[in-house]
Amino acid sequence: MGLTEVFEKARAEGRAVSVGCMPAGFPTVDGSIAAMVAMAEAGIDAIEVELPYSDPVMDGPVIQRASEIALAGGVRTKDTLRAIEAVAGTGVPVVLMTYWNPIERYGVDAFARDLAAAGGTGLITPDLIPDEAHEWLAASDAHQLDRTFLVSPSSTDERLAMTVAHCRGFVYATAVMGVTGARDQTSVAAPALVSRVRAATDLPVGVGLGVRDGAQAAEVGSFADGVIVGSALVRCVLEAPDEAAGLASLRALSADLARGVRAVTR
Amino acid sequence: MNASAAGLLPDVSGHFGRYGGRFVPEALIAALDQLDAAYRHATADEAFQAEFGRLLRDYAGLPSLLYRADRFSAAAGARIFLKREDLNHTGAHKVRNVLGQALLTKRMGKKRVIAETGAGQHGVATATAAALMDLECVVYMGEVDTERQALNVARMRMLGATVVPVRTGSRTLKDAINEALRDWVSTVDDTHYLLGTAAGPHPFPGMVRDFVRGIGVEARQQILDQTGALPDAVAACVGGGSNAIGIFHAFVGDEGVRLYGFEGGGEGVSTDRHSARFSGGSPGVLHGARTYVLQDEDGQTIESYSISAGLDYPSVGPEHAWLHDTGRATYLPVTDAEAMDAFQLLCRTEGIIPAIESAHGLGGALAVAPTLAEELGREPTIIVNLSGRGDKDVETAGSYFRILG
Ligand SMILES: Cc1ncc(COP(=O)(O)O)c(C=O)c1O
Repeated sequence: MGLTEVFEKARAEGRAVSVGCMPAGFPTVDGSIAAMVAMAEAGIDAIEVELPYSDPVMDGPVIQRASEIALAGGVRTKDTLRAIEAVAGTGVPVVLMTYWNPIERYGVDAFARDLAAAGGTGLITPDLIPDEAHEWLAASDAHQLDRTFLVSPSSTDERLAMTVAHCRGFVYATAVMGVTGARDQTSVAAPALVSRVRAATDLPVGVGLGVRDGAQAAEVGSFADGVIVGSALVRCVLEAPDEAAGLASLRALSADLARGVRAVTR
Repeated sequence: MNASAAGLLPDVSGHFGRYGGRFVPEALIAALDQLDAAYRHATADEAFQAEFGRLLRDYAGLPSLLYRADRFSAAAGARIFLKREDLNHTGAHKVRNVLGQALLTKRMGKKRVIAETGAGQHGVATATAAALMDLECVVYMGEVDTERQALNVARMRMLGATVVPVRTGSRTLKDAINEALRDWVSTVDDTHYLLGTAAGPHPFPGMVRDFVRGIGVEARQQILDQTGALPDAVAACVGGGSNAIGIFHAFVGDEGVRLYGFEGGGEGVSTDRHSARFSGGSPGVLHGARTYVLQDEDGQTIESYSISAGLDYPSVGPEHAWLHDTGRATYLPVTDAEAMDAFQLLCRTEGIIPAIESAHGLGGALAVAPTLAEELGREPTIIVNLSGRGDKDVETAGSYFRILG
C-alpha cells in the first residue's frame, strides 16, 4: 500500500496514522531492517527511515547517537536503499528522511530513480527548503516521488503556503521549536500550526518531534493526520542489553503507539 | 569575469553564483529573514554606522596599522607589508564581526547570544562583546578543544560567558556549530546566533564580510599612501574565510592585484590529515550553505586537521568558493611545517609572534614570492593579513619547537 492510501484508509477510520522512525544501519543494516519490520508488525502504519549523516543538526542526542553508531559501523547510502527495499517489500510504506548533502553527492536524479526502484515513497528533507530545491522538484516529478518539506511554528503564512504548495504526500509540522527528542509534553503550538496548515492545503499533516508513548500519540492524533515518533523508538534499541530485548521493547512501544492513534476517533 | 559584479553579490537569496544559499531547517528561516532585514536597515542607518565606527575606533583600536616588514621581506625576496589585525582588542580581526553582530543583536531586541568556537578566539571575542553590551552569552566548544584551549575557556568564563563542552561527533568545531544550530532552532525568539566567520546560511556570509571588509578598505588606502601604488598580491589564511574575504573584498575590482588564500595543508593534501577544502574537497552542502567541503563518496563530512585550530574546519565560506571557481582568487594549501617555519621567521626577524592561522598566510606568501618575482621581473609587493597574535598559541608552538620548560 502507498502512503497516500494509508492516510486515506486511516482518515476513513477516523483516526491518525502512526509513523515510526529508525536510522538505517543502526545498530547494523540487518538489525535496522529487523527493527523496522518489527515496528510494522506491531501495528505502526508507516516507516520513516533516516539516512545516517555525520552532521544531523535537526536531531537530538538519541538519534545523533544512533546515527553515529550506524556510520561507525560503515553504513553507506546504498545500504540505506537496501534497507528501504527490504522493509517496503513487506508491504508497509517507507519514506526516507535525509539531510541534503548525501543526496546531492549521490546525484539527485540518480537517487530519486534508485529510491523509486527500491519502493520508497519519497523524501522528508529537514535541511532543504523549497527555495533551494529546484533539482529535487524536477527529480521527484520525473520519478513520481512524494516530497515532504517541514513547516514550523515560526513560518510566516506566506512561507507556509509556499512550502505546502511544494509538498506531495504529506506535510511535516514540527510541533515544538526544537530538535528531535522525546519530551514529557508535546507543544501547545502544534494544534495551532496544524490548523494553519489545513487552511492552506488538503494534504495530510504529520506532527513530529517529542511524542513518547501511546497517550501522547492519542493526544497528537486528535488533531493531526500522522503521529511521527522517532527518538522514543530509537531509544528502545539504544538502551537494550541485546538485540532480542531491543526488539521486544520496540514491539511493545509500537503496539502502544498503534493503540494510541486508535484511542481517539475524530 | 566582471570584477565589479563582486559588489553585487550575494544576490537577494544569498547566492554567490551556485554557492551559498540557505540549507537549514525551516524553523530558522524566520530568524534569518529577521536578521537579514535588521542588517539591511542597519546598513542604511547612520546612527548604527556611527556607533559601529566609534566602537571599532575607541574600543577595538582600529584602523589597524599597515607595517612594512623589512627584515622578513629580505628573507622572503618580496616587499611584505603586514596588516596588523593582531594588535586589535582581543587579538584578532574577529572583533570587527563580533561588535557588528552584537550591535545588531541589541537592535533586534534580543537578549542572548550563542556562538561556536574552535580555538576559543571567537568565543572570547563574543564573550567580550556580550560583556560590553550586557548580553547573556553561551559558547559551544568541542570537548577536545576545551581541553587543548583551557586558558581560553577560563577567559570566556571570566568575561561572564557560559562554556558548554560538546561531546558529540568528533567533539571539535564542526560539532560545536551543530550544537549551536540545535540551540538556535529552539531559542530563536530571544537568541541571536553570533556566527564567527563569513560562512553558514544567508545572510551570514555577506553580512560578516561587510563587518570585516574594513580590513581591505584600510589596507588599500594605507598601501597607496605608503607606496603610491596598489600591491601585486594580497594574501590571507582561510579557515571559514572571514579574515581573507575581509582583506580581499576591497581589492576584488583591482584586476592587477592577485588574491591568495592559504588553507591548512596539515601533513599534506595527499595524506588524510589536512583542511584543504579547495585542493582536497569538492562542492557540497554543510552548515547551511553550498560550498567546498571535505566529504567522502557518500557526502559524509570528513574530519579536517590542521595544527591551527582556526583553520581546522571541513567547510569554507561560499564567497571563496565563487572566487575560486571564477579564478579571481587562488587557494593553496600550506602545511603545518611551512606555517611553523614562517611563524619562527616572523618571530626572529620582526619580533612579532603571529597566530598560527596567520602564519599560514605568511608561509604562503613565502611560497609564492619567487614565482611572482619571476613573473613580474622585479621584487613583488605583497600585503599579508596578520589576522591575529600568537599569545593563544604559545603552548602549541612551544611544544612544536620543543622549547617548553
Ligand atoms: C587569528 C585568526 N586568524 C584566522 C582565523 C580563521 O578564521 P577566518 O578564516 O574566518 O578568518 C582564526 C579563527 O579562529 C583566527 O583566530
